[in-house]
Amino acid sequence: MRLIDIFTTASGNMFRSKLRTTLTIVAIFIGSFTLTLTSGLGTGISSYIDKQVGNLGGKDVLIVQPIGQGPGSDSGPKAYDPAKKTSATAFGTTTTALTDSDITKIKSVSGIRSVEPNFVVVTDYIVGPNGKKYQVSANPYVSGTKVELATGDQVSNDVSERQALLPVDYVPALGFANNEAVVGKSVTLGVTDGNGKQHQITAALKGVQQKGLTNSGGMNTNEALTQEIYRTQSLGLPKAVTNNYQALLAKFDANASPGQITHLKDELKKKGYAAKTIEDQIGTFKAVISGIIAVLNAFAVIALLAASFGIINTLLMSVQERTKEIGLMKAMGMGGGRIFLLFSTEAVLLGFWGSLIGVGVAEVVGRVANHIVTTTFLKDLPGLQLLTFPPISILAIMGLVMGIALLAGTLPATRAARQSPIDSLRYE
Amino acid sequence: MPAESPVISGRDIIKTYGKGDGQFTALRGVSLDVKAGESIAIIGKSGSGKSTLMHLLALLDKPSTGTVSIDGQDAGRLPGRTLNTLRNKKFGFVFQQFFLNGGASVLENVILPLKIAGVHGRERRRRGLEALRQVELEDKAKNKAKDLSGGQKQRAVIARALINEPQIIFADEPTGNLDSATGAHIENLLFNLNKRHGITLIIVTHDEDLARRCDRQLHIKDGVIDVAPRPRRGVRL
Repeated sequence: MRLIDIFTTASGNMFRSKLRTTLTIVAIFIGSFTLTLTSGLGTGISSYIDKQVGNLGGKDVLIVQPIGQGPGSDSGPKAYDPAKKTSATAFGTTTTALTDSDITKIKSVSGIRSVEPNFVVVTDYIVGPNGKKYQVSANPYVSGTKVELATGDQVSNDVSERQALLPVDYVPALGFANNEAVVGKSVTLGVTDGNGKQHQITAALKGVQQKGLTNSGGMNTNEALTQEIYRTQSLGLPKAVTNNYQALLAKFDANASPGQITHLKDELKKKGYAAKTIEDQIGTFKAVISGIIAVLNAFAVIALLAASFGIINTLLMSVQERTKEIGLMKAMGMGGGRIFLLFSTEAVLLGFWGSLIGVGVAEVVGRVANHIVTTTFLKDLPGLQLLTFPPISILAIMGLVMGIALLAGTLPATRAARQSPIDSLRYE
Repeated sequence: MPAESPVISGRDIIKTYGKGDGQFTALRGVSLDVKAGESIAIIGKSGSGKSTLMHLLALLDKPSTGTVSIDGQDAGRLPGRTLNTLRNKKFGFVFQQFFLNGGASVLENVILPLKIAGVHGRERRRRGLEALRQVELEDKAKNKAKDLSGGQKQRAVIARALINEPQIIFADEPTGNLDSATGAHIENLLFNLNKRHGITLIIVTHDEDLARRCDRQLHIKDGVIDVAPRPRRGVRL
């Protein structure tokens, strides 16, 4: 029998018992539908996180802190050392502060191109065209970061102009007509110095920044503006306090390999610093998400395994029903291998239709869900595609389902192939 | 006309089923030659071993001891693939039960052997319609097999047995499920094929009248050929 005939015969045989076949396909459909949705969710969330990591900063930046500090450190509480300086961080905890001498030390590590302090700056208010004052926090902009913009351009750390990006919800509040009206305008920031006196700093607005997971509140300020705010808030503070930094940002070659980055981290560790890339910092978060998605995927695969028993059952019944037919075909010279192929093909076809309908419906449902989710309770996260279905994973899912179906078909197909023609023909 | 050398010959065929106490010997040493173009009736009561003999001659099963040769070749030494091809090309089968796929069209049922042989679609169709014409069932080609009457079904089965232009047709109780008028029609059809196309006919039956129409009768009794059966007419030994 030629392969095309095996294929068409198997296809035709499949629908001889329509109800049974349909029910089996429904079982496969449920499994592949679930798997498509869960994996789509995984892809969607992780690509969103990747985008947000892009927001956070260049891939060529190490966040350097004294060992035992910062998020994700695993060394437990540090013993208090009166010789070490401490500074308040944005998180309100007490950390050992870094000073200018640390900058020099870190710069001496080969592979580090430049070291900038990570200023913690505090602003009191922002005021725009309508004169109303609003609270605002400032995020020092890291060169190379791609902040998601509604309009305008990124700020630059290489100019002396004091630049800032306005968070999108401040646009109407400050009295701007729309996003476009913001670009090129300026706002005034209120900053309190060490003596409790309030100062005003003017900043040019380069663009409007979108909301995201990682830049939810603060306005991005360029280096010139950050330093001005820092200088202002440090006025009147003792010198010993002013040049203290919670963390330093060390830049390295953007083309550095993971091995080279690890080497850099080790070098810094020897000198007593803990260094992390931004990806390291977000890594834990990603690992949790991946873990959850893996569990969801596992459930979907369990559903598929249950469906595979449906396939076995359906085909065993088919083999039983078609005993005489199998006997006849064998008597007429059809080999066992071809009979096996015939039933395996039928199994794979069941898997094919089930998975095709499954991924198809999942994709439609996914698009509708995306639309609903991104226009309602997650509308503050622009750029989020909660469910993403790249063709490669769609094909992989269909391949997996058909593979499972093929395996499930082995038992019935073997049984069919082994039947002796005489016994089959005698079978009542 | 019968040719000189036998198409099928069996030598000292013994066939046992099962093992130990449950062992059952269906054939106890049967030897026979079937010449090309002759018609043979294998007759015997139920359980006499006549169907077993047919299965062995048709290469559907292997004898426990003894040999079955096709065109002088010991079938026991041929690989399974060759046996399959042999059955596909040289044999046609007509069974008491029709073994038609009721849901498929008559034509689809008839061309099954060609499908198994790997013949292309257009050729299959042409030969299928030709075979149906020979059994006068051409107009039913597109009907579903389950919608045919018993006689029509058996004619479709004969068309299926004919389609690969076989040398030998094995018929197991071909008229067993039919009324006598329809049965006679089917008998005529089979013997016409034998006479006009020289197709060797091996018919298993317990119907003495059908057996008498054959060139030769082999009576099987308790697993052996009964050499002294009751008198019959038209015998050629």
